[in-house]
Amino acid sequence: MELKDLYRDVILDHNRHPRNFGRLDPADAAADGHNPLCGDRLHLSLRLSGDTITDIRFEGKGCAISTASASLMSEAVKGRGRAAVQALFEQVHALLTQPDAPVGSLGKLAALSGVREFPSRVKCASLCWHTLNAALAQGGTISTEGGNEASAEGAR
Amino acid sequence: MSATPLRAATGGYDVERVRRDFPILARTVHGKPLTYLDSAASAQRPLAVIRAVDDYETRSHANVHRGVHALSQEATAAFEGARERVRRFINARSSREIIFTRGTTEAINLVAHSFGRARFGPGDEILITALEHHANIVPWQMVRDATGCSLVVAPIDASGELLLPEFLRLLSPRTRLVAVAQVSNALGTVLPVGPIIAAAHARGVPVLVDGAQAVAHARVDVQALGADFYAFSGHKLYGPTGIGVLFGREELLADMPPWQGGGDMILNVTFERTTYNELPYKFEAGTPNISGAVGLGAAVDYVESLGIEAIAAHEHALLEAATAALAAIPGLTLIGTAREKAAVISFVMQGIHPHDLGTILDAEGVAVRTGHHCAQPVMDFFGIPATARASFACYNTLAEVQQLAAALRRAQEVFA
Repeated sequence: MELKDLYRDVILDHNRHPRNFGRLDPADAAADGHNPLCGDRLHLSLRLSGDTITDIRFEGKGCAISTASASLMSEAVKGRGRAAVQALFEQVHALLTQPDAPVGSLGKLAALSGVREFPSRVKCASLCWHTLNAALAQGGTISTEGGNEASAEGAR
Repeated sequence: MSATPLRAATGGYDVERVRRDFPILARTVHGKPLTYLDSAASAQRPLAVIRAVDDYETRSHANVHRGVHALSQEATAAFEGARERVRRFINARSSREIIFTRGTTEAINLVAHSFGRARFGPGDEILITALEHHANIVPWQMVRDATGCSLVVAPIDASGELLLPEFLRLLSPRTRLVAVAQVSNALGTVLPVGPIIAAAHARGVPVLVDGAQAVAHARVDVQALGADFYAFSGHKLYGPTGIGVLFGREELLADMPPWQGGGDMILNVTFERTTYNELPYKFEAGTPNISGAVGLGAAVDYVESLGIEAIAAHEHALLEAATAALAAIPGLTLIGTAREKAAVISFVMQGIHPHDLGTILDAEGVAVRTGHHCAQPVMDFFGIPATARASFACYNTLAEVQQLAAALRRAQEVFA
């Protein structure tokens, strides 16, 4: 367990200077993500052209891992269609949870690979992806801890 | 016991000897010596507690209050002996006033159910403070929703102190119960429970005190305090989890209906009617946590052997040292700066989320709590999602205070 594997320069940079930070108004799709365990809150707004994400913004308060993950995600999904986004999500999820998951075509997202050595932080990194899924599906609010809000990681 | 050169700065209190009583403190975490600063969440157990539980399980276990056989009698003696030790510890008048529960949360829920739901209605008010743990908020919200009474919250100031004049103003002819923490778990604030109880009693209003964060850190005498109900947990008092205590004044408990039905809480059952058992058994349906109670009794003995006043003095020295050490770190803001505090320090650091702090400190072997501490209204008041919280107990040292400060500076390097 090495701290520098978790807090890589790319992560620290995206935490300090999050890309695509803010809110699209009007937006074609939006959703809120909430991790009640650490209080992370995330609002995600999208512009869509047909199937393709043409623009994305996120705002909220969170730890370095959740902020950097959302920032990296926003760069990675812009210009992609739903199927490509879903494929990317599955790769990221594998990266966060499985040892020796292939980095493949993840590019900068591969900087998140250190998170898997810190199981208590996986939810921080995946919150934005669940929120994106919710925005693309129907909007609303997702929570990592189930309860009355639709459950994401917590139900796994 | 041989003298040791390492003594705390607090007179004769030999913290290194105390540490040897807690086997877990010898372990390492991520290759670093463990610096356990999360006792407000759960304190560690001394060998005396571990051995008492082990001895009970190994030699004496059977069900209580039931059998004529030897083991049942030994188990009953151990269980009731623990009740008597707890009675002495908080100076209750009678062991009939000591009800074993799963913990503080269940103790408060018992009162909410048997006292609140059974008596309150529209127009009645329950008065709490803005410092309460969720366990002293949610049960009263449930009473409110079930009965139509109101929940009134007394505010705090920017230092995390209760605004006592505001509290006294909110105490009204409609108030049916006051429920307050003695010590805030999130900030460490010591509440003015004495004046609160005096004012409430002047109006004939009973008071429940949530003592979860208090009993391990200050002498509690429920008669001197005048509390009508007093709730606390074993595991914050160096005892096991899953055992806690509700003290209630006998006159009040006698008038309250049981909240759970089952075995042990009855004298006689037919299909037509049931006669309830006497106190405290009326409130202890089902087989209790016998080994937990035995462990709690041993924990009380352990605390008394160190002396609660000596523990409190030691912790106060740690609090002062930690407050000074943390205040000297640029970018660090203490959350909760009440004049009177227990050994709890909540803080935030500029540019570093508490969750990241928690991970970096953990990598240094330093265990602190990060998050909302089950006190989200307190976090909302300060406009923050979470804090990092270091809490100190009888076994912590001044060297550990320095470890904490060093680990926080390390976090700043990581995020520089």
